[in-house]
Amino acid sequence: MNTKIAIIGGGPAGLAAAVSAYDAGVKDVVILERDDKLGGILNQCIHNGFGLHTFKEELTGPEYAERFIEKVRERNIECLLKTIVVDLSESQGGGVTVTAMSAEKGMFEIQAEAVVLAMGCRERPRGALNTPGYRPAGIYSAGTAQRYVNIEGKMPGHEVVILGSGDIGLIMARRMTLEGAHVKAVAELMPYSGGLKRNIVQCLDDFDIPLKLSTTVTDIKGKDRVESVVLSKVDEKNNPIPGTEEEIPCDTLLLSCGLLPENELSSMLGVDLSPVTGGARVDESLETSIPGVFACGNVLHVHDLVDYVSGEATEAGKHAAEYVLGKTPAGEEASIALETGNGVRYTVPSFVRPGRLENFLTVRFRVGNVYKNPEICVYLGDKCLQRRKKQICAPGEMEQVMIKKSDIEAMAPGETIRIAIETEQEAAQ
Amino acid sequence: METKNLTCIGCPMGCALTVTYEPGNRESVKVTGNTCKKGELYAIDEVTNPTRIVTGTVRVSNRKNLVASVKTKDVIPKSKIFDVAHELMKISVEAPAKIGDVVVKDICGTGSDLIITRNVE
Repeated sequence: MNTKIAIIGGGPAGLAAAVSAYDAGVKDVVILERDDKLGGILNQCIHNGFGLHTFKEELTGPEYAERFIEKVRERNIECLLKTIVVDLSESQGGGVTVTAMSAEKGMFEIQAEAVVLAMGCRERPRGALNTPGYRPAGIYSAGTAQRYVNIEGKMPGHEVVILGSGDIGLIMARRMTLEGAHVKAVAELMPYSGGLKRNIVQCLDDFDIPLKLSTTVTDIKGKDRVESVVLSKVDEKNNPIPGTEEEIPCDTLLLSCGLLPENELSSMLGVDLSPVTGGARVDESLETSIPGVFACGNVLHVHDLVDYVSGEATEAGKHAAEYVLGKTPAGEEASIALETGNGVRYTVPSFVRPGRLENFLTVRFRVGNVYKNPEICVYLGDKCLQRRKKQICAPGEMEQVMIKKSDIEAMAPGETIRIAIETEQEAAQ
Repeated sequence: METKNLTCIGCPMGCALTVTYEPGNRESVKVTGNTCKKGELYAIDEVTNPTRIVTGTVRVSNRKNLVASVKTKDVIPKSKIFDVAHELMKISVEAPAKIGDVVVKDICGTGSDLIITRNVE
């Protein structure tokens, strides 16, 4: 089988990328999805709050997904469901060989001229958390519990403690409560929550569920089934403080401790990955280190809002189409690196080819701490180009800056672009 | 007069708001701790007429290991959240069902319909 563009993953990123590639003039697009339906993780996110930016209304996850699934259907874009991609490799004559398998077709290969990586992310599992104790039943990642409750209609437990205050954990605290469970506490290692304020209020405060900051799980008791968990306060270095232990009887522990981009396939293909995000290092067109291979959505970096995923994937799909049509603008001159200054954990993109920009370069990034009254500063070489005051920057909220193409083109050779957070206190020093 | 402490949800600042008010009297509401107008408006609504959309699932009578997801089409009074949640446990629908189908009209006297949010084949 041959195709112009193979899209790996049929979640929000894959759907938007497919539609955008089609609309940019490439009709021969294939979406490969391992689940039996399109929409990805949105199908189990039955709470509302999706699509405020894209559709100016508050939709639930499945409703948001359906809007894009309809667009894919209207265009008759081919979708291979229940099909898992097991390998990606560069073909000898150019392009990428996609090796996939399904119960129906067995193992098969697709030759693609371009590939859009849209595999999303996975939850950090218990094994990565170093929690002591046996391996009893009753420990779930928050997303697994969400699938049980919201798709299969099964309750994972009744007396619940949640570790991690990411948005999925908060959403599940409310969901389990409404289904009759007793959520006893949400423990968060950091001194602040990684979740949206709105979720803290509407998922915890509304139901009087305590949020215990600077707290972690130091023991899980029970051999066959969870019987209790021990929570301890932690110091500034996140080490448990002896004497602060609190044992909470429960039958279930949900883990909401972060999301990791799922890039095994990208690694097989030899795509250059960022050690900070775990996703590909991309240029302004969302193209990875391998020509014709693009990345978007949570497989690139974890987003807070699906609207931003759709937006990014629309860009990736368009650029993939331009690549296939031979319309990729020149830009073979040396690329300019983007560097992270004070307080900035990473930037997307990692580098830019000025010749390929339309009018602006959009840079998305996350900060590593909570900053009150910071200024977001953009440096081109040594020169500070922009200073934007904000009331607050927090790790849970993705930030964005725009830089004019003409400013980038005026940079001297060898100079880099640097994004930094400066606070008044530091400026005074 | 009553006093309530709230966290504003208008932005990531999450201002700690203190609200004093006479129950039932919108004019009496005084808000402190907010750093912008959003906080004041949020606090006034929260102490006079708090509302929420409720989302959940209902059984599908002719399918195994599959539930249908639902929501109240409009916001409902916060005080009715558990009434609706308990009602959902008694309801079942039949497949196929599609997004927007009305499952219950005016659920629990809230004035809002309960509708399907995920296609069930």
